[in-house]
Amino acid sequence: MSHIRSHIMVCTGTGCTSSDSPRLISAFEDELKLEGMDQEVRVVKTGCFGLCAMGPIVMVFPEGACYTRVTVDDVHEIVSEHIVKGRIVKRLLHMEGEEGQSVTSLNETQFYKHQLRIALRNCGVINPESIDEYIGVDGYTALERILTEKTPPQEIIDALKKSGLRGRGGAGFPTGNKWQFTYDAVSPDGVKYVCCNADEGDPGAFMDRSVLEGDPFSVIEAMTIAGYAIGSSQGYIYIRAEYPIAVKRLELAIKQAEEYGLLGDDILGSGFSFHLELRLGAGAFVCGEETALMTSIEGHRGEPRPRPPFPAVKGLFGKPTLLNNVETYANITWILNNGWEKFAAIGTEKSKGTKVFALGGKITNTGLVEVPMGTTLRTIIEDIGGGIPNGKKFKAAQTGGPSGGCIPAELIDTPIDYDSLTAIGSMMGSGGLIVMDEDNCMVDIAKFFLEFCVDESCGKCVPCRIGTKRLYDLLCKITDGKGTLEDLDTIEELCHHLKDSALCALGQSAPNPVLSTLKYFRDEYVAHVVEKRCPAGVCRNLTRYIIDPGKCKGCTLCARNCPVNAISGAVKAPHVIDQNKCIHCGLCQTNCRFDAISKS
Amino acid sequence: MKSLEELKAIREKMKRQMDLREDNESNIRVVVGMATCGIAAGARPVMTAFLDEINRRGLTNVTVSQTGCIGVCRLEPVAEVFVPGEEKVTYVRLRPEMVPAIVEQHLVNHSVVQDYTIGAAE
Repeated sequence: MSHIRSHIMVCTGTGCTSSDSPRLISAFEDELKLEGMDQEVRVVKTGCFGLCAMGPIVMVFPEGACYTRVTVDDVHEIVSEHIVKGRIVKRLLHMEGEEGQSVTSLNETQFYKHQLRIALRNCGVINPESIDEYIGVDGYTALERILTEKTPPQEIIDALKKSGLRGRGGAGFPTGNKWQFTYDAVSPDGVKYVCCNADEGDPGAFMDRSVLEGDPFSVIEAMTIAGYAIGSSQGYIYIRAEYPIAVKRLELAIKQAEEYGLLGDDILGSGFSFHLELRLGAGAFVCGEETALMTSIEGHRGEPRPRPPFPAVKGLFGKPTLLNNVETYANITWILNNGWEKFAAIGTEKSKGTKVFALGGKITNTGLVEVPMGTTLRTIIEDIGGGIPNGKKFKAAQTGGPSGGCIPAELIDTPIDYDSLTAIGSMMGSGGLIVMDEDNCMVDIAKFFLEFCVDESCGKCVPCRIGTKRLYDLLCKITDGKGTLEDLDTIEELCHHLKDSALCALGQSAPNPVLSTLKYFRDEYVAHVVEKRCPAGVCRNLTRYIIDPGKCKGCTLCARNCPVNAISGAVKAPHVIDQNKCIHCGLCQTNCRFDAISKS
Repeated sequence: MKSLEELKAIREKMKRQMDLREDNESNIRVVVGMATCGIAAGARPVMTAFLDEINRRGLTNVTVSQTGCIGVCRLEPVAEVFVPGEEKVTYVRLRPEMVPAIVEQHLVNHSVVQDYTIGAAE
């Protein structure tokens, strides 16, 4: 075998896969064979680089050139220019900034400069389908060390406690304490379980999926260590079936780890055994709630139950159970290998380490970012995210999905950590960050998240089943222009009832988007109610389409396209829309060639 | 089932292979001229010889890449060696059998093989 002089890394995360990256891999392999270079250049599948908006991403090493939006047609040029002649294809390089400056090294970009990748440390660096590559980046050193030195479990738990790591699933419970409770819990027959929550359900969130797709072994190794630490020999990863790539890579990773003796009976001859199985969720949002998740693993319908008893005492099959989120596990081996001191040095006083965010909505660099805790929203949106496209103004950001709240533009300098976000009525959540500009109606946004909760409410408790539905009805009334000011008070009252009385976090947090928009954007609600007007022009029943008589040429195109015959007028004379008939579909505006129709 | 020693061996091997994915400014770079002139003069076997020799010795701090014509077509095959902090050295009229000496003396022991350089040829 000859020395491999170059690696072509192709992203095979879900984002890049959907823009055809698997075809790129075979195209590169064919082209290299044609040039007779398949023995010295390797094509490597890898996980998410984070720049999903620019996918598919191809990185060529040793130069570290980052090519974006690569198509099969570009493959020949990259091979014949870059690989054969050593000339970087400037045309395809990632461009940034107003000058359109192209950058060869990713670390220099605004997008990466402010980031610190701990949970995502191996995403885009290794081939997630090869345990050898994971071992090559010091994977499994933590487990090897713990098993050969027979580290006392309490020492591992203490390290986690001192690191200050908090659960990355959203609630932010100190991870070390959770491990301690499960370690301390007594199980009469000695059986305990380790579970991983990979049931990522927030709309717009894809952090856990990306970790599992890009670095499944780090989660598996951490769960094995967790098994050793709390005294469990069986683990389950609960993952939604809607993540086929992540499921496939996890299955492959478990198989490889078993073949290497790093999972299964008598790991590394230490006498410690740990088995891992996948459980596929059917996509119910409520199954991300810990008690519902465990009920679902048991084979029952996924419904939550009251706590206490907490899972650490009485969890899966009634046994003490440790349940952590994917991203939490992804931090564990880093902490054990680099020392808790190093982890605790990152972040703010009460929130240590980093957090991964899935940036979405009205933002230039849609994608995956990981920043130290305490980074301001401004840095994430303006520097890393590249700002709002089309010259629009930033209006608000939604964190925490349907359980979180809106952060308005005036609070853009808020540091992002658990406590600051809770203080302003939002929450960290699992890491979905949806950016909204002036074209978004905040009432409509609240309605969107609430509709999601209505659909996803499991129906077990009355406050959530009926409360979310009634709240949704009230919001519909407002967006239809039929609301009253008293309705706003009713909404607020109902929100507080729901928060206080729902059985699980789904219902308790469902009113958050409504409450936070009411708090920061009350004027928009009032505009809908009093002026019967939607300031952003989103709510259909409150928008009026008007034809400008000066611009209308009387071409009749709008009248012919109107599905309800609401437009009348003679040929070559200005037309008029009958507001009583209009259903606000907007077809007339789309069809007008003279820009004569506007929304008001 | 792998033993600890086997895992260690895998780790070492993979580290060597994956080393080139790191942004490493301290690496020695070997650049072989692979334009039409270079290829016609036999740059391809020279390139292969470099890769084989580097692999045989398990060197991790060397990257090999290709470049186009650097303008001295009459002296092809040409390879340039960049050691960080030192002036680049241009080797000319290379044949595969000359490569092991360059790897051993220059890349490993940091002593330029004067006889093969452009200075000696001119």
